[in-house]
This record gives sequence, structure tokens and C-alpha cells, in this order.
Amino acid sequence: MNLYRTDLGRARGLGSAKHGVGHFIAERGTGVALMLLSVWLVPFALRVAHGGYLAARDMLASPVNAALAILTLVVGLYHAMIGMRVVIEDYIERRATKSALLILNALVGWGAAAIGAVALLKLVFASGS
Amino acid sequence: MVQLTLPKNAKVGKGRHHPAPAGAKKVKRFKIYRWDPEGQGNPVWDTYDVDVAGCGPMVLDALLHIKNTMDSTLAFRRSCREGVCGSCAMNIGGRNTLACTHGWEEVPGGEIAIAPLPHMPVIKDLVPDLTLFYAQYASIEPWLHTVTPEPQKEWRQSEADREKLDGLYECILCACCSTSCPSYWWNQEKYLGPAALLQARRWLADSRDEATGERLDALEDPFKLYRCHTIMNCAQVCPKGLNPAEAISEIKLMLVDRTI
Repeated sequence: MNLYRTDLGRARGLGSAKHGVGHFIAERGTGVALMLLSVWLVPFALRVAHGGYLAARDMLASPVNAALAILTLVVGLYHAMIGMRVVIEDYIERRATKSALLILNALVGWGAAAIGAVALLKLVFASGS
Repeated sequence: MVQLTLPKNAKVGKGRHHPAPAGAKKVKRFKIYRWDPEGQGNPVWDTYDVDVAGCGPMVLDALLHIKNTMDSTLAFRRSCREGVCGSCAMNIGGRNTLACTHGWEEVPGGEIAIAPLPHMPVIKDLVPDLTLFYAQYASIEPWLHTVTPEPQKEWRQSEADREKLDGLYECILCACCSTSCPSYWWNQEKYLGPAALLQARRWLADSRDEATGERLDALEDPFKLYRCHTIMNCAQVCPKGLNPAEAISEIKLMLVDRTI
């Protein structure tokens, strides 16, 4: 800590980053979207749990089901990713560790979304053949 | 940064015991955090068996009784003794509150533990260093900002607009809310904390102020404002019954309003 820094200078710090409201809206927006998507997801998951791979393939033959499945996956992972970002910012102070974890968080989030979306599309097209 | 255990030099040991005077009628035990900056040691818990039959009903009365009759070295802040100045804010029975308005009979359990406001540097005993807290309050520029030339008489305000400041202007800056907030504990160098943000909202809600946009610009930051996760400790402990979490939510809604 700089001993000669004034208290007000310390409180002002680096000033405002002038962003945050987008993140705030995204958190709430994806939260509400997931609540709505869960209305579709729960019966879908129950049918897949009972019918296995074949039931999943048959249901994903419908474009509506396929689109909702991809939306649930991407929105869910995005919601988890931006939530985890806040947790990392809350608890990790060291810049190197924080940066590494934020990058890892983004890689895992977007990576899982991409792999999941490709897997779902594969299933969707398999069901059409 | 989150700290799950106290640093080595902040671990609290066992201190001295001060027995009740002979002939005490009603004895209550107070366990008080002690730390002397001139000493070399860690902080300790001193215990005082106070004859509460001889002192007033509030925790501050008991502290003054201890200082006057048992141990004059005990340091704590106090001034108005009626919940107006906020000086005697401390952690009593695990909860931040004002010693002057909190009765010792209201504290559950056999003994009453009293510590300085949590997660702040300690100057001595129950006296925390609130320098950063006050600077954060100053940083939100808690005064009227106007561009329009000042009217000859006064800035006028309707009764309805004045009522919008109720629940905001009553804050006495005791720091009970900010120092009970985990987000403020972990990130107090960057997060403004509930008290400063309640005051920020007070000036955003003022119909006479002309700097709403600039004030919102200064607050829109992942740390200064958005570290509030609506934990609500602030509203639970506020000795004036205010709700800083609600005020912070209103600031967040103002920022949404100017975006969508």
C-alpha cells in the first residue's frame, strides 16, 4: 500500500469500468430463460431417462425439440459461466491466478457449449436419416 | 480476498479476568476484545463480571461502567448515547449494532461478547479504523450537483419528491451494514459497500440533483456496485431500520432503465 496516497485517491481507485449492467441483465435474462426452458426440459429428460438413446433420437427429430435442446444447453452453460466469473472475482485476488481462472472458465464454458451443440446436432441428423 | 482463518497476528487469545466487586447484586459477564497497539502481543478476550444492578440498561452503559469502575484502559468510541451519531457501532453478541441503543438484556446467552466491527483494521480495543469507509462515502460526492444557476431563494422540491428520500437520508454512517457484508469483507478496496451505496442512491433519488447520469457512470462497475449479491446482512443489522440492499437494487434498476 502506498503510504502517501490520500484516502480519497485510494477509495476512487482506478475509477469506474463503465460496464456491468450488461452482465447484470444477462444474469437475470438467462435465469428467466432457463426457468421457461425447464418447462420443456423436465418432461424431455424424463422421457429420455425412460426411453434411452432411441427416445432421445426420436424426440430430437422434431425441429422444435432440437432447437430447444440446443438453446437449453447454450443458455445454461452461459448462465453458469457468467455466474462462475462472479465467484472467481469475489474470492480470488491475485491477478495471475484470477486471470488464469477466468480464461479457464471461458474455455470450459464455450468448449462445453460447442461440444454439446455438435453432439446434439449429430443426434438430430442421425434421427433424420 | 476471502480469508477463512484469521492471520497469525490477529488470532485472539485468552486475556485477564476482572471479577465482580464484593457484594455485587446482579452479575453479568462481558467478554471484550482487547488489543493494544503499543503492546507486542496478539489480541485477547478479557472478561468482566459486571454488577449490572449498578448501571443503565444499554450495552454502552455497561461499557462505561467497566471503564469508570473496573478498567480505565478499555478504549471505545461513544458520543451521543442515543443512536444519532453512530460512534459506538460494534459487534455485540455476534451482531453489528449500536452499543447505546442495544440493551444488555437483549443479548442471548450467558455472556456478552463484544468485538470491534468485523474485518476492519483495529486501532485499539473496540475502535476500528474507518478511514477507507469515510473516503468511500466522500467518493460518491454526497452533495447536490447542479448546472442550472442557483435560484435566489432555494432549490424547490415537491412533497412527493421529498418523500422519495425517506429511508435513505436517515443513515448515520455507523458502518454496521458495510462491516457485516461478506462482499465488503472480501473486496473492500474496490467495492463501495452498502453504506456508501445507500448514500449514492440518496443523491440519485434527489429531484433537485442534475448529475444523475454522471453519478450512474461512476457507479457502473463490476466491483464498485455489482459486488452486492443481495446477501441482506446490511438490512438485518441496520440500527436505523434502513434497507441498503433495496437502495442498491434501485441503483441497478436505474442502470437497466437507461440501457433498455
